[in-house]
Amino acid sequence: MKKIKLNTQIILFLVVVALWIFLAVSSEYFLTYSNIKNIMRQMAIQGVLAVGMVMIIITAGIDLSVGSVVALVNIMLSKMLANHFSIPLAILIVLIVSTSVGLINGIVIYDFGVPAFIATLAMMTIARGTTLLISGGSNVFGLPRSIANFASSDFLGIPSLFWFLIITVIVAEIILRKTRFGKYIYALGSNPEAARLSGINLRLVTYGVYALGGFLWGVGGVLETTRLWMGVPTTGTGYELDAIAAAVLGGASLFGAEGSALGAFFGALVMITIYNGAVLLNINPFWQRIIVGIILVVIVAIDQFRKKRSKD
Amino acid sequence: MLNEYAIQLKGISKYFPGVQALKNVNFSLKFGEVKALIGENGAGKSTLIKILTGAYSADEGEIYVFNQKIEKMTPIISEKLGISAVYQNLVLAPHLTVAENIFLNKLPSKWSFVSKSSLIKKAKEVLKRLEYHEIIDPNEKVKNLSVAHQGIVAIARAISKNAKIVIFDEPTSVLTSKETEELFRIISELKKSNVSIIYISHRLEEIFEICDKAYVLKDGEFVIEKDIEDTNEDELISYMVGRKLKRNFYISREKGKEILRVENVKNKKLKDCSLSLFEGEIVGLYGLVGSGRTELARAIFGADKIDSGKIYIGGKLKYISNTLTAISNRLSLIPEDRRNQGLALKLSVKENINLPIYRKISKLGFINSKVEKETALEYVKKLDIKTPDIYKTVQNLSGGNQQKVVIAKWLASNAKIFIMDEPTNGVDVGAKEEIYSIMNELAKNGAAILFISSYMPELMGICDRILVMNSGKIVANIPREEYDEEKILAYAIKTAKFEEVDSK
Repeated sequence: MKKIKLNTQIILFLVVVALWIFLAVSSEYFLTYSNIKNIMRQMAIQGVLAVGMVMIIITAGIDLSVGSVVALVNIMLSKMLANHFSIPLAILIVLIVSTSVGLINGIVIYDFGVPAFIATLAMMTIARGTTLLISGGSNVFGLPRSIANFASSDFLGIPSLFWFLIITVIVAEIILRKTRFGKYIYALGSNPEAARLSGINLRLVTYGVYALGGFLWGVGGVLETTRLWMGVPTTGTGYELDAIAAAVLGGASLFGAEGSALGAFFGALVMITIYNGAVLLNINPFWQRIIVGIILVVIVAIDQFRKKRSKD
Repeated sequence: MLNEYAIQLKGISKYFPGVQALKNVNFSLKFGEVKALIGENGAGKSTLIKILTGAYSADEGEIYVFNQKIEKMTPIISEKLGISAVYQNLVLAPHLTVAENIFLNKLPSKWSFVSKSSLIKKAKEVLKRLEYHEIIDPNEKVKNLSVAHQGIVAIARAISKNAKIVIFDEPTSVLTSKETEELFRIISELKKSNVSIIYISHRLEEIFEICDKAYVLKDGEFVIEKDIEDTNEDELISYMVGRKLKRNFYISREKGKEILRVENVKNKKLKDCSLSLFEGEIVGLYGLVGSGRTELARAIFGADKIDSGKIYIGGKLKYISNTLTAISNRLSLIPEDRRNQGLALKLSVKENINLPIYRKISKLGFINSKVEKETALEYVKKLDIKTPDIYKTVQNLSGGNQQKVVIAKWLASNAKIFIMDEPTNGVDVGAKEEIYSIMNELAKNGAAILFISSYMPELMGICDRILVMNSGKIVANIPREEYDEEKILAYAIKTAKFEEVDSK
């Protein structure tokens, strides 16, 4: 199993390398410093969301509220900043809100027994509706210049936004591999009854993983706000699907107990590379999604095929 | 060459890894005959039925149905021949209507559109044969029916396809006595119309009411066939028992202090259960499937709620409301269904062994990987778990080794009271003996074991005493000196009222 997990990531890594070689040959602009930084900025948000998603998927759960929570955070933060709130305070507030939204998902799923798909689908529309209510459906302007500056700033030669992704991946990998909570996440995904009979408090694990997800949607929303430099109530649409796709590309199984933060990182990298490359090669942007869809099916199919063979 | 037999099975053998489920068995059934198929749990009754219905294929032997040799029996062929079965756990689709359930695989249709009126009409006809057409509405959804009426629907389904041979597998376990009477009436109707019936039941008194013959299996082998008039309950029980274990694993042990006392525990499935376990004791818990054994195990371990009753550990009253409290009181449960309850199959040997103790071996949430690894290695070695390394996922291990992983996890958690629910189920002979040795070793070191099993010889082989459960109650507590298979089985089977038992 250890080997198989490794293989999934190696396949994905090879796909990334192949894509990069292809794009480097096809476009002289692709491997420039500024384009790579561009890729990093594009990838930061999607990567953070994919990492949150993979942890939920490992428990055999799902969260569809991602994009709406990103939008909710974006609008709330923009409103507060436009009204001259202190930036750290405003960020703290939106992170508390998004984490609470995740916690509510966990409560609805565990205590009310609503399937994760339905519970978070409901939260998706509730959060989107709240966003539209708060914003009145229109964009929010007047955010401080420093916000936009942050999005384009670098730290140690790497875009500041990307650092958030690096930290998120490292922390998530440590949680999944080195902590009790991480082991419980896998155990819940593999067999909830066995986990319960081993004395694991499934309620806390469920709360924890959805709240952690909510926190990361909040981080994604804050990063999104710095990139947009305004509040856009329709932002984030479809982000949950990108996050799920990245997690699954990275070896996560929707049946639970499989997946890793690093895998989700590579999954996001594949998707962003395709989007970036399509722009550089002047491919009709509508093709991008088709290509991502095809690659998703192909990679997962190869993986399933290989697993089946290794079982026989 | 026509003869009177509806079914003839000749020389049927079936082997499963670790068990010879059936050994050269001959079975025949005449037209219009009602034959009881009896034997202890695991005697091979279900295997025989499954071979007849095509769910399993026999390793050896020949199957004749209506004097026609069937080369390869499949569920489809068996159905075409008019063989149908009513199982104890009803296989109905709860969200569909009664009529739809009765005709599920042969809905009357035109160009794939189901013709509702003819469906209802046909369902009514079938229900009428059972005289239930005025009681059960064919349009009702099955989930809205009482369990007993669901049983009637299952029977209706079985006879709807013009069945020539009907198998009833523990049909009365869900029925009330009134409905059991109804069932018997239905069976005699079927018999009159020359349908042949195989009737499986643990309730011997029923067999005497409706069967012509009793056919006894033991350890996968044919024992005897008796005309029902020429026998009695006690005689049949004596034919069912008498299985032998190759080796006796009993060693005499020091009995220590009382470590677990369960007083008057009740819930939906348990009617007032009390028992005691002492240090150094292996206590058997025998009972038929459905007698409440598993429910009692789960209730003691805090996995299921109890409505009333007290549990004392080491003489102190404890409120075990969840599994975590149970574990911290040094209780452990090796569940009946290893794959679905005992193990996280996709996780490694190391992680499964450490699952109950991650709490103990981590600081601020961070796991001490060194301890984690050492613990896993220690128990892999101690229990001789055969795995290439501790990072292998447990789904790749054999049944016996998987079971050892479950035991290892409770050894790691420092448990002192082990509740083992069918621990040797589905493991091969070698691994079984290893598990018995582990149990002896544990008891020798002062642990107490409650050993639940359907296989009486293994209980008699290793236990200091055996408790018997029947219908949610502990009905007997039999010390080693008084072991007697017939007596134990009688306690488990008979529906008579029992005196309060002192199960200490």
